[in-house]
Amino acid sequence: MKSTLLNSKDISRAVNRISHEILERNQGAESIALVGIRTRGVAFSLRLKEKIAEIEGVSVDHGVLDITLYRDDLAAGIQKPELKRTDISFTLEGKHIVLCDDVLFTGRTIRAAIDALMDFGRPASVQLAVLIDRGHRELPIRPDYVGKNIPTDRSKRVQVLLNEEDGEDKVFIQEPDNG
Amino acid sequence: MSLSTKNILGAKDLNKQDIQQILDTAESFKEISTRSIKKVPTLRGKTIINLFFEPSTRTRTSFEIAGKRLSADVINISGSTSSTAKGENLIDTARNLEAMNPDILVVRHNCSGASALLTQFIKCPIINAGDGAHEHPSQALLDLLTIRSHKGDLQGLKVAIVGDIRHSRVARSNIKAMQTMGMQVRVVGPPPLIPVELERLGVEVSSDLSKSIKDVDVIMVLRIQHERQNQMFLSSLREYSNYFCLTAEILAQARKDVLIVHPGPVNRGIEISLDVMEGPHSLILNQVTNGVAIRMALFYLLLGENNANPN
Repeated sequence: MKSTLLNSKDISRAVNRISHEILERNQGAESIALVGIRTRGVAFSLRLKEKIAEIEGVSVDHGVLDITLYRDDLAAGIQKPELKRTDISFTLEGKHIVLCDDVLFTGRTIRAAIDALMDFGRPASVQLAVLIDRGHRELPIRPDYVGKNIPTDRSKRVQVLLNEEDGEDKVFIQEPDNG
Repeated sequence: MSLSTKNILGAKDLNKQDIQQILDTAESFKEISTRSIKKVPTLRGKTIINLFFEPSTRTRTSFEIAGKRLSADVINISGSTSSTAKGENLIDTARNLEAMNPDILVVRHNCSGASALLTQFIKCPIINAGDGAHEHPSQALLDLLTIRSHKGDLQGLKVAIVGDIRHSRVARSNIKAMQTMGMQVRVVGPPPLIPVELERLGVEVSSDLSKSIKDVDVIMVLRIQHERQNQMFLSSLREYSNYFCLTAEILAQARKDVLIVHPGPVNRGIEISLDVMEGPHSLILNQVTNGVAIRMALFYLLLGENNANPN
């Protein structure tokens, strides 16, 4: 059973608003850089980059993080996730970094992403933008920019589909199969 | 995603999917070695023991750096400084090391099959870093990675492996791995240094260097192994060099985009001339760089799954 939470228009409005919020909070695009967390955080971050260019006329630095090597559950006997390339080709010093991910859940991915980021340098600050915040944090992490807060049951799955990866824009809740 | 094998003993145990997965993973690991902080926390708390009974610069250092860049603790033991010098045998040495709970054992030994033998006594994964004239799988994998990153795809490429095939574990591992990846392999060398059974593997055999490199995409030059020449396979190194040294003159007959690889260490002027070794076709140092990424990939893929030491 699926129930749709956001459609293509809702997602586009959220990207629009978050772009404005990022620019407002950082007083323009001068010192900001966007870093997307693989896989769908990358598509989300590129949409923000595009929107910021549209509003401000500035092309901000953009990077991609694969946090696989920083995960805290690698040794737990799970199947290895496929490792993809990290690409941060600008210096972090003095930059306000906006980490971008599709869903914020336990906060463990973000912890790993912050650790990975710090291995590349010392940014002025790190901010967090997510399309969906579904609660159930296990670490003291909070987002700075949220597309939509969706209180969920822990056992359910929030699925984000983005055109760049999945061929359509949609956010829905997936009920557990055995439910 | 995981490998079909728990140990990396030889290219013969790796199927196409395994090799592809190792190369893809290594490709992602390359980037870490270009950072200013060349370390990720992935294998924190894991212990890797390098057990080397033969001299080595590249391979041992490469395994050690690979482990350290993944935050594992790496211990190096060389044959001459270990208790084998007091008469302890290989199996006992390995069992004693295992009693200290390592997560991976990397073994180099001058006897073919040494690593395979140890798997009967040791529970943790073993990587064969060279066993006699048998196999050296991580070398073949780094060669494939180097070739793939220059040619894009391995399928259908033609390779000439030149030199002392008989004594070369690098050649054996490469022949198997390359055939698995759909490449065509030709070996070139003086007949006494070509094992008789090779043609049965579907490998073309030649003893004419200039003819056999004309149509290939890759020339792999092997080192003449002085230390294994006790049975007088060659009348002299100079004679070998006259016929099989890859010189600029011979190379002029090859394709313009031919790649040259060599597993090292190089005997300058014997199997390859200085100008060719340092010329634009040579990827020798590139191979060394890629070796670290390949060994990181092997550690990563072998550890953290259910293969990790249960203790």
